[in-house]
Amino acid sequence: MAYPKSFRYTKEHEWIEVKGDLATIGITDHAQHELGDVVFVELPKPGAKIEAGKSFGTVESVKAVSEIYAPASGEVIEANGELQNKPETINSDPHGAAWLIKVRLTSAAGISDLMDASAYEAYIAEKGKETSA
Amino acid sequence: MRYLPKSPVERQEMLAAIGAKSIDELFSSIPEKYRLRAPLKIPGPYSEAEVIQYFKERAAENAIGYTSFLGAGVYNHLRSVVTDTIIQRGEFLTSYTPYQAEISQGTLQAIFEFQTLMCQLTGQDVANASMYDGSTATTEAVLMAERLTGRQRVLIARSVHPEYRDVLKTYAKNSGLRIEEIPFTASGTVDTKALQGALKDDVAAVVVQSPNFFGAIESYAPLAEAAHSVGAMFVVAIAEGVSLGLLKPPTEADIVAMEAQSFGLPPSYGGPFAGVIAAREKYVRQMPGRLAGQTTDSEGKRGFVLTLATREQHIRREKATSNICTNQALCALAATVHLTLLGKEGLREMAQQNLAKAQFTLAEMLRIPGVRRTFDAPFFNEFTVEFPRSVKIVNSHLLREKIIGPLALGTPYPELTKHALVCVTETTPRAEIERFASAVKRALEQPI
Amino acid sequence: MNEKIKKASRHVSQSEGLIFEKSSPGKRAFELPPLDVPKAEPAKALAAHHRSEGVEGFPEVSEIEVIRHFTRLSTWNHAIDLGMYPLGSCTMKYNPRVNEFVARLEGIATEHPYQPQELSQGCLRILRLLEKSLLEITGMDAITLQPAAGAQGELTGLLLIRAYLQKQGNPRKKVLIPDSAHGTNPATAVIAGYEVENIKSESHGQVDVEGLRRLVTEDVAALMITNPSTLGIFEQRLPEIAQILHAKGAVLYMDGANLNALAGITRPGDLGVDVMHLNLHKTFSTPHGGGGPGAGPVAMKKILEPFRPVPILVEKENGRLALEPVRPDSIGRVKAFSSNFGVLVRALAYILAYGPGVRQATEDAVLNANYIRRHLEGVYELPYPLPSMHEVVFSDAIQKKNGVNTMDIAKRLIDYGFHPYTTAFPLIVPGALMIEPTESESREECDLFIDAMKAIAEEAATQPEIVKTAPHTTRVRRLDEVGAARKPVLRWKPAAPKSTAAD
Repeated sequence: MAYPKSFRYTKEHEWIEVKGDLATIGITDHAQHELGDVVFVELPKPGAKIEAGKSFGTVESVKAVSEIYAPASGEVIEANGELQNKPETINSDPHGAAWLIKVRLTSAAGISDLMDASAYEAYIAEKGKETSA
Repeated sequence: MRYLPKSPVERQEMLAAIGAKSIDELFSSIPEKYRLRAPLKIPGPYSEAEVIQYFKERAAENAIGYTSFLGAGVYNHLRSVVTDTIIQRGEFLTSYTPYQAEISQGTLQAIFEFQTLMCQLTGQDVANASMYDGSTATTEAVLMAERLTGRQRVLIARSVHPEYRDVLKTYAKNSGLRIEEIPFTASGTVDTKALQGALKDDVAAVVVQSPNFFGAIESYAPLAEAAHSVGAMFVVAIAEGVSLGLLKPPTEADIVAMEAQSFGLPPSYGGPFAGVIAAREKYVRQMPGRLAGQTTDSEGKRGFVLTLATREQHIRREKATSNICTNQALCALAATVHLTLLGKEGLREMAQQNLAKAQFTLAEMLRIPGVRRTFDAPFFNEFTVEFPRSVKIVNSHLLREKIIGPLALGTPYPELTKHALVCVTETTPRAEIERFASAVKRALEQPI
Repeated sequence: MNEKIKKASRHVSQSEGLIFEKSSPGKRAFELPPLDVPKAEPAKALAAHHRSEGVEGFPEVSEIEVIRHFTRLSTWNHAIDLGMYPLGSCTMKYNPRVNEFVARLEGIATEHPYQPQELSQGCLRILRLLEKSLLEITGMDAITLQPAAGAQGELTGLLLIRAYLQKQGNPRKKVLIPDSAHGTNPATAVIAGYEVENIKSESHGQVDVEGLRRLVTEDVAALMITNPSTLGIFEQRLPEIAQILHAKGAVLYMDGANLNALAGITRPGDLGVDVMHLNLHKTFSTPHGGGGPGAGPVAMKKILEPFRPVPILVEKENGRLALEPVRPDSIGRVKAFSSNFGVLVRALAYILAYGPGVRQATEDAVLNANYIRRHLEGVYELPYPLPSMHEVVFSDAIQKKNGVNTMDIAKRLIDYGFHPYTTAFPLIVPGALMIEPTESESREECDLFIDAMKAIAEEAATQPEIVKTAPHTTRVRRLDEVGAARKPVLRWKPAAPKSTAAD
């Protein structure tokens, strides 16, 4: 799957798309692939505050739970209700229909330090080499 | 040794295959100075007959041939021999936790049936495959309420079993939970006025037991309403599950913590038993303990698996809903077999017999001069009476007549010195009840 | 054969339904003796509490249906009585039948925990002898038999540590846990109110002692260690580890899950352990029963004795035993009614059968594990080559090259008649195969296991598909765990009434 050029990416495999002071956050195709079939997602409610670098929710497969880390700080405006009924969307469309939360950013600090699409692709290719070494 | 399937020759051959000269070599990673050179000082080895002899001698030093009027969280009920026939089968007794579902379908389907029975009994949507016992189930229910509400204050009725409250206090000490006790009224049930006074929007849970420790039956509706009015969860603990054969289930509760001992488990000096947590469907992901779920295999056949395991310690580790790793499976299986044997009519009939015997016993006791009923609330198979003299003295007289008398309440409830908790089940013959009543009468007539 | 006739087939493949699906109103499996007192009037006696109907949906079947139903279900299980469970750190040993017999004796199974203590001296003597035997085996000073399971024993141990440190003025904040530890360890530490700090294992799979030295401060309450480790390797520097902790006033907790490698050979108390829990359902043969009950007594050094859960078993002057319910510094109760007594009876029966000879069980356990290791070395990768004790951990690195992983191998092992070993644990070995045969396996069973594992390795190399799609011979194929987790169905419900044609 291609990594959209308009997104920025974290080392923990989240993506963020910024439009003005609003942002959409999700997890990457690489992340869903590592997790396997997603069975459940736990997301914050609208109004909740998220803090850059801190966990704001979890994604579960049958045998594992992963924390989701905030790429930036802000206030949650909307959580993707679709995912309660169809968590498998994260596997099929992680960069589109399976966005996790929409936030109003309180700070844009750090976002420019995040990887762009080609840097992220290089990052995961490098990681792939490490584990099979 | 009869449990070790090796001959001396085989041991030698295996050592040779490993390339070791002696078994001692295999322990060389243990520093010499820490290796025991003398045999352990423990009795044995005993042959099978000697093992049996040892325990028969201990049994003879216990209470054989006594009629007991004790309840208080552990109940004597009829148990079919069929239950042991089933749970003694090696495939159930000696099998492991059903993590490998394909070769554990027997255990998993039985757990699924247990979960269903518990839901039917309690009127709740989901039930887990058992906690250690009623006391820890109640504690885990409270911790669940804490997680779900984010609040730390807990109001628990003083009429909840004293040892259940003790266990909660032990767990609460390290979790920031603040436990407050709500008194009972002269009727023996929860003081709703006091409860209202204590309720604020910082309360995570209101916890009651029904029938409560005194045998009195609580009214759920007003208690649930009061709890919900401040957004607290309503937790009901049940120590005597047979009561659900005749009593309305706690459908108003958010979480039910039940002890399953009454369903085919012998008293066994206090354990092992099986606790259950049952709750509304929306709380299932915060529920501790194992859950068996229905599914299909790759050919469409129905099967069962442990599910929602991500709540549990082996995956969540420090973020687990609980550290519990067991599910008292064999005890839960015994309860499943027992309840299946009893069935709808059998459970109802058993409950009716309990009620009838308890009513009869109370009537007999009230004919004894000086004996009074403590509380006037409706009861199931336990009730509280007041003696004109020390319960201890009455009971020591009863012991001489091979009767184990009712539980003295003065220690857990200092204001109830001279009061005793009488329990009668379907197992107590009428003749014994009458003998008990006349023995009490005689005990009260004795000079001090 | 007339295909319209529904033929009863052998129960092994028959789809035995749920007991609720066999239910029919009016069937009875159990009758009570007739009531010998006047009937009560429930509606009157119970007023608004009265449940006027029976429990809805409760099964109504006959006795033979109950027997057949559960007998059939039982045949779908693997069990120790049938064959080996090579599960690492589970110690699936033989469950002696005499233990079941004595636990059911009149005067043992029938006793009420609140009956007078003078009528319970037999029970109390059983508890006392078990206490003494376990103290002798562990080399400790005091013990509590109250915890109902290993995990509850762990919690009790940590609560004892907290109380002890609290009494000295500061309960401290952190518990150190190796990354190879069982999941109950960190889960328990959190419940006990501590933060968990993970300590990495060094290259041999042992606790990194230099790393530990740096981590132990006066903020650390304890280290929770398993010995032998979950790799089956003895922590040779355990006494040194104990010293490092003690120098900073911290406590050494040992998870006793692997005691089957040590009983009768060495004693944790001698090695510097301050407190440990035991798993009676592992080392001491009490049956797993499909997932419980167990028991998790906690043995400790004198320093922790005052904090033990009440009631405390004491010996009085005249030799009588008593349970004392009050101790000022006790952490309180962790369970109602003092213990899982029935499980304790079984454990004592096991100990008495062996006596001091329990050492030989340990020796055979270690012999079996090493025998299996010797024959599978080279066939499977051995990530940590230090000597194994009662269990050995391989990895699937060799087989992974053909896309076959430890889970696949485990499932294929089922086709060879064995329960899988422990897969994917400990976490520090990716693709782990954790194998513990116990002393209950004969040479013949060990050889069968070795042959099976060799055959599967061969299959992984030459026809990997058959391994990846295993098991092939079980009653059900691989089950859809994803579906079960996405849309959990956790109980049977009666079928909805059929809608009418008009709807």
